[in-house]
Amino acid sequence: MFSSFAIALCGGLLIGLAASLLMVVNGRIAGVSGIISGALWRSESAGSAIGWQVYFLAGLVLSGLLLATPLEAWLAIEPVVISARGIALPTLLLAGLLVGLGSSLGNGCTSGHCICGMGRLSPRSIAASLLFMLVGVIAAVLLS
Amino acid sequence: MRNLMALLSGLLFGAGLLLSGLADPAKVLGFLDISRVVSGEWDPSLMLVMGSALSIYLPVYLLWVKPRAARKQGPVLDSQYHLPGNTRIDGQLVLGAALFGLGWGMLGICPGPAVVNLASLDPMALAFMAAMVLGVYLGRLIKRTIARRESGPIQI
Repeated sequence: MFSSFAIALCGGLLIGLAASLLMVVNGRIAGVSGIISGALWRSESAGSAIGWQVYFLAGLVLSGLLLATPLEAWLAIEPVVISARGIALPTLLLAGLLVGLGSSLGNGCTSGHCICGMGRLSPRSIAASLLFMLVGVIAAVLLS
Repeated sequence: MRNLMALLSGLLFGAGLLLSGLADPAKVLGFLDISRVVSGEWDPSLMLVMGSALSIYLPVYLLWVKPRAARKQGPVLDSQYHLPGNTRIDGQLVLGAALFGLGWGMLGICPGPAVVNLASLDPMALAFMAAMVLGVYLGRLIKRTIARRESGPIQI
């Protein structure tokens, strides 16, 4: 059995590998919020109705379908069931709305800014990552 | 083939999120809530996740992608890299990052894990996704309005 730090390290390596694959092979940024936006609202220059973004998102869902249960069993952790966390629906909807609106206005979320953007040493992404980490920490501390 | 690679990348990315614990909002809050340092329950492992992801992405970008893009060479399956050209840190970026941070810090859920957790068909996971998509739509409307006001029609 790995220690939790070794598991976190392996998880991070997989994320870095996945994002590198998408950039080296397809030349695309693995930013999930931008990919959601691109999947739902196709730009006029894009040819087919179903873009590569839909396939990336399908891969994410597929990982949840195939791997969530075996990993939970292997690591002996509780399954992630958001309904069981006692979150009020209005709070959930407000958080979802803020995450969507913020990542859209800020052109990126954790994956796009913290991994791909910081990995490109982009000043915009470094600024955005520092800021949303700071605000995230403040919100988490105040609401805990 | 490009779509297949995107699917594979998504699958690996999701596996990384699940393995690292990022797919679990409680784990993310255990990192963001630094007041837990006092009680010794703070979980710094997500720093390690980001660090190890960057330890792959950063050299791949700087040593492979950046020089190739500078020579106008493309990725394996496309004619050019699709990299953001905007380098300006403006009010829109700051406001967006602050709002995102607030929403993320409330529950510990960001877009990647939100999509991975759709697989559970948990109604609350679906509700979060719906609210998030509405937020993205509102953001697009606002960006389009700003772009129109600034410099005529721009495709977003």
